[in-house]
Amino acid sequence: MVEMKEQEALERAKDLASSGEDPLKILNACSEAMETVGKRFETGEYFLPQLILAGEMLRQISEMLKPKLKDKTTSVTSESLGKVLIGTVKGDIHDIGKDIVTFMLQVNGFNVLDLGIDVPPSKFVDAIKDFQPQVVGMSCLLTLAFESMKETVEAIENAGLREEVKIMVGGGQVSEMVRDYANADAYGEDAVSAVRLAKNWVGVK
Amino acid sequence: MKQRWLVAGEDTDERQEMQFETWLSGKGIPFTSPEAERDYRDRVTLLKDAIQLKKPPQRVPICPSAGFFPIEYAGATMYDAMYDYEVLTRAWEKYCHDFRPDGYNPPTSIVPGKVLDLLDFKLYQWPGHGLSKEREYQFVEGEYMKAEEYLDLIDDPTGFFLNVYFPRIFGQLKPFETIPLLPPVHEIPLVPPAVRPFGAVHMQSALKSLTHAGEETLKWAEAVARLNASIMGKGYPAFSGGFAKAPFDVIGDSLRGTKGVMLDMFRCPEELKEACERITPFMIKLGVASCKANGHIMPFIPLHKGADGFMSDEQFQTFYWPTLRKLIIGLIDEGIVPQLFAEGGYNQRLEVISDIPKGKAVWWFDRTDMAKAKETVGKVSCLAGNVPLDILCTGTPDDVKAYCRDLIDVAGKGGGFILSTGAGMQGSKAANVQAMIEFSLEYGNL
Repeated sequence: MVEMKEQEALERAKDLASSGEDPLKILNACSEAMETVGKRFETGEYFLPQLILAGEMLRQISEMLKPKLKDKTTSVTSESLGKVLIGTVKGDIHDIGKDIVTFMLQVNGFNVLDLGIDVPPSKFVDAIKDFQPQVVGMSCLLTLAFESMKETVEAIENAGLREEVKIMVGGGQVSEMVRDYANADAYGEDAVSAVRLAKNWVGVK
Repeated sequence: MKQRWLVAGEDTDERQEMQFETWLSGKGIPFTSPEAERDYRDRVTLLKDAIQLKKPPQRVPICPSAGFFPIEYAGATMYDAMYDYEVLTRAWEKYCHDFRPDGYNPPTSIVPGKVLDLLDFKLYQWPGHGLSKEREYQFVEGEYMKAEEYLDLIDDPTGFFLNVYFPRIFGQLKPFETIPLLPPVHEIPLVPPAVRPFGAVHMQSALKSLTHAGEETLKWAEAVARLNASIMGKGYPAFSGGFAKAPFDVIGDSLRGTKGVMLDMFRCPEELKEACERITPFMIKLGVASCKANGHIMPFIPLHKGADGFMSDEQFQTFYWPTLRKLIIGLIDEGIVPQLFAEGGYNQRLEVISDIPKGKAVWWFDRTDMAKAKETVGKVSCLAGNVPLDILCTGTPDDVKAYCRDLIDVAGKGGGFILSTGAGMQGSKAANVQAMIEFSLEYGNL
C-alpha cells in the first residue's frame, strides 16, 4: 500500500484473508501503512493523488474483510488521540481541502466526524453537543464564506460551547487575518499544520 | 503528429504584433471622445509593454479580477445578476465608473441563469437552483466520465461529448445519446440512419430547448456587448477576452473529477495522457476563436489541479505540463497571449513553467511567492497578481496599501508586471478595492 501498488496490495490482503489470517490484524497492518503514507505526505514526498489512492485501497480491503469481521466493525480498535469535528461552512460546497485534513487527522489517530459541505452554524452546534469534540475544524474556499465562518463561531459562542472546543480554520484564501476576523483559535496552512494544531490542543506531542 | 506545438513558429513576433495592432486600434468601439480613444490606446499600450518585456510600461497597469464583486457592490443579488441582464450591466457600469481599473473583466462569466435552466445543466449549482439567491454559482464535483470510457473519448472526442457527456450534464439533451457518429455519414445508404433520430419527438424537444437557450443567450450577449461598448468607449480596455483550459483540467475538473483523475494517474496513466493530447487542439482552437470573437489578444486560462500540493513535481511534469505547454505554444503561434491564472500556490512549479518563449504570455499568480516568481518565470513572462483576498476582505486600506507597495517593489520594478488580485475579489471591502487601485496608480509610476 505504501508503495502505491494497488493490485499487489489487494491480492496480498486477499491471500492473507483466505489463508485464515485474523482480519483485524490485516486491518491493523493497513492502518500502519496509512500512517506511513501520511508521514510521506508530511515530508512532501507524497501528494493528493497518493492520499486518494491509499484511501481507495483501504476502502477496498475493508470491504473485502467486512463479512469476516465478527463484530462487523471496520474501525481499527486502537486508542483515539481525541475527537475532531470538521466541515465546510455554510454556502460553500468545496470538499477537497477538508477531505485531505480529515484523512491526515484519521491516519494520525484522531476520531473525526465529518459533517460534509455547506454546513450551517446550527449543525456545527448540534454536532458539538452530541459528538463532544475537543477540536472543531472549519473549511472554506470561497471568500464569501468567511462570513459563514464568523457566524459559525458566533453560534458556538451563543450556545455556550465556545470554551469547550478549540476552533481551527483553513482552506483556499483563508489566512491568519481571516482567523482573526472569524474569531477562531488558529489558522492552519495545510493538512500537516491541522494535525499539529489538533495534537497540541489534545496534549499530544 | 505529437510533434506539433513543441517549438514556437518563427513568425510569432510578427503574428503577436498583428494581434496587438488589432486590439490597439479599437476598431468598432464607439469612443465618447478623442480623449477616451487616446486613453484606451494608452492603457492597451501599458499592457502591451508589460507583456512583451522589451521596455517597462510607463506605469504598472492595474487589472483586478472583478469576480462577483461588482454585483455585491451594486447591492444586487447573484440571482438578479444572472437573471436580469439590466441589473448585471448596471452593476458593471457602476463598478467600472467608480473604480476605473486599467483593464476590466467583461461579465461573460456571469452567465444567463435562464439558459442553464432551459438546458437543465448539472455541472453547477447556481443561485435559485440549489443555492440561495445571494450565493455565487459553484461547481458540482462528479465522475461525469467513467474510467472505462477513456478510449471512447480518445477515439472521438466530439462524438463522446455529443453522445455521452452532454446527455449527462444537460438533462434536456438526453436524446443526444442517439445522435449518429458523424464520419460514417458519407454514402447514400448511410443518410437515412443518420437523420432518423432527428425525427423522434424527444429529439425535437431537445433541439427546441437548444433553440430557446440560444435565443436567450443572444439577449444576454447583446446586453453584454452594449455594456462592453460603453465601457471601452470611455477608454477602458478589457483585461481578457477569451477562454481556454489546461487539457488536464478539462479531464480532471469536468470529466473525471478530482478523485477520478488522481486514481487514473496510477491505474490508467497512458489513457489519461493520451486523452489530454486529444483535448489539446480543441483548447487551442477555443482560445483562438474566443479571442477573435472579442477582438482581444488574451484568453483567460484558469489553472486548477497543477497547483502545489495537488500533485508531485514528477506528476506535474508527466501529466499536467506537457499538454498545457502545447496549449501555450499553440496559442503563441497564432499571436495570442495566454493569460495563465495559477490559482493557489505555484512555488514548486516556477522552474518548469519558465520553459516558454519570452514575452509571449502572462503568468497570473495567487498565493505564489512573487519574489521567487520574478527571479524565475518573470524573466521570460509578464507576471500578474497577487493582492490577497484575505486582506481585501478582512483588512484595512492601510494593510492593502502596504501590500501593494511591497508587491510593486518586488514584482513591478523594471516592468513585466500587471497588478491584480490573487482571485476574484468577491467579499472585498469597497474601501480596500479603492485603496488598492488609487495607491498603485500613484506608486506604480516607473
